[in-house]
Amino acid sequence: MPNSDTGTQVLRVEGLSKSFRMHHLGQSLHAFEGVSFTLNAGEFLLLKGPNGVGKSTLLRTIWRSYLPEAGHVWFTHDAGRIDLARAADVDIAVLRRRDMGFVTQFLIARPRVPAEEIVAEPLRKAGVAQIDALEEARRWLSAFGVKRDLWRAYPTSFSGGEQQKVNLARALIQPPRLLLLDEPTASLDAGARAALVARLAELKAAGVAMIGVFHHPGDVAAMVDRNILLTAKEVENVAL
Amino acid sequence: MTVMERLAPQLVTGAPLLTMSGISRRFGAVVALEDVAATVWPGEVLGIVGESGSGKSTLLRMMNLEDTPDTGTYHLALPETPGNLFDLDRFARRQLCARRIGIVYQNPHLGLLMGHSSSGNVAERLLIAGERSFATLRAKAKGALEASEFPLTRMDDPPRQLSGGMQQRVQLAKAIALEPALLLLDEPTTGLDVSVQALVLDTLKRLQRDRAITMVIVSHDLGVIRTMADRVMVMRHGRVVEEGLVDQVFQDPQHPYTQELVHAKL
Ligand SMILES: Nc1ncnc2c1ncn2[C@@H]1O[C@H](COP(=O)(O)OP(=O)(O)OP(=O)(O)O)[C@@H](O)[C@H]1O
Ligand SMILES: Nc1ncnc2c1ncn2[C@@H]1O[C@H](COP(=O)(O)OP(=O)(O)OP(=O)(O)O)[C@@H](O)[C@H]1O
Ligand SMILES: [Mg+2]
Ligand SMILES: [Mg+2]
Repeated sequence: MPNSDTGTQVLRVEGLSKSFRMHHLGQSLHAFEGVSFTLNAGEFLLLKGPNGVGKSTLLRTIWRSYLPEAGHVWFTHDAGRIDLARAADVDIAVLRRRDMGFVTQFLIARPRVPAEEIVAEPLRKAGVAQIDALEEARRWLSAFGVKRDLWRAYPTSFSGGEQQKVNLARALIQPPRLLLLDEPTASLDAGARAALVARLAELKAAGVAMIGVFHHPGDVAAMVDRNILLTAKEVENVAL
Repeated sequence: MTVMERLAPQLVTGAPLLTMSGISRRFGAVVALEDVAATVWPGEVLGIVGESGSGKSTLLRMMNLEDTPDTGTYHLALPETPGNLFDLDRFARRQLCARRIGIVYQNPHLGLLMGHSSSGNVAERLLIAGERSFATLRAKAKGALEASEFPLTRMDDPPRQLSGGMQQRVQLAKAIALEPALLLLDEPTTGLDVSVQALVLDTLKRLQRDRAITMVIVSHDLGVIRTMADRVMVMRHGRVVEEGLVDQVFQDPQHPYTQELVHAKL
């Protein structure tokens, strides 16, 4: 479990801007400009706004799949603070393994790797013995309603919903300090949605800071501490 | 608008395993490499992509000490190798390569004696490193072939009688026989059937996970790079035009050439 106490700052985003420069078109596309907010341990921030406004882009910029062109993303880790907007690639890799999680709608399935191994991998990378990691993986697969006979099967052939359950089990098996969620419930059935919400509540209580975009915001309404509304040209911070 | 300069690493402790800088190499009028720098951290997989003739194989051959640049330095953070490795004599290079660096070429003829037995090909590497006992040679060769998921019933067959996928596994066994600090892979799966390719990649992935071997992999196949690598370097005309985390370079490429490459192939 993350050892940050509820109330301590986990993330401070300052004046973050992102645009995509598309060389073949000779133009840039502005996703968002000057986004600022802070997020403390145990807080849940709901990201809202119309399609195409930049919600996924903001999450991916924090995760550093996208490179911002201005601003700061101050992240507090065990040994201090680091600006994710500028940190070295290897540092980002360390933080992704150790301190940050990102749940997206799509599983990155690899050929010939069984579901339970995909789920167990973050624990294996953290040094947990294979046998214990697999046991924990099965527990989470079961919690999200993945049928037992699929545990040893390859998710490349799973249905969208089954893949998403594997994805969630993997992302949530090891509580990070910061969890980013991009429409994690989009392809889930009611049972899995409930399991996810229960797990998120558990993580929140344990001090995990979360930023999420939700297809059905009602699912997480009870957990939300603050909303951020992204609008076409500016960003508003809306207090709940 | 341009992206911001990235800072020096703060969270990783220790030194990079591999550090190359200022590497330039000409072949007559051809500029194969121009002021190339590369860093690889322990346990990391670095991918290299780029158009044909951009210098990828030349760079990998430098890493394997098969060639020397006109300018530039190469360091490996190993106890026995202080200083610039390009200053080593031929004998020292050969010893270092045999013990610490493994390589798999696209063309198995470059890496294997096609008429010798497969186990013999692997044992040869151990011989260079000084292993003399026949029983140990055979046991170690067998272990390496097994780790490479080579069918052991074929271990005495010469590579020329084997399928392309099996040949690559023999190269891989030879490369990992001595538990190298650095594994270099130059298009290891190019030319194999898609299904065989997936199996070989799976073996590589497994080796990476179980032994945390530091790897550098060159491939034209962005899918291969995406499954294998942590970071990727994009080369063009002998230069590195872009470098970053694999997901970042493929989802938010900055350089016009990388954008073209990613949009054409993904
Ligand atoms: N990798 C990319 N390259 C170029 N443009 C991109 C990229 N990713 C996102 N965009 C653009 O940025 C804008 C914001 O997209 P984003 O996916 O963040 O929207 P969103 O708010 O998540 O929308 P939705 O509700 O539909 O998921 C869009 O115009 C999109 O086309
Ligand atoms: N030994 C050599 N003698 C002369 N020219 C060479 C030699 N080795 C490489 N070159 C040239 O250097 C350039 C870079 O070659 P290299 O093999 O490194 O390219 P590459 O990026 O690996 O290409 P590919 O993707 O086609 O394998 C090419 O123009 C090549 O012809
Ligand atoms: Mg989105
Ligand atoms: Mg080549």
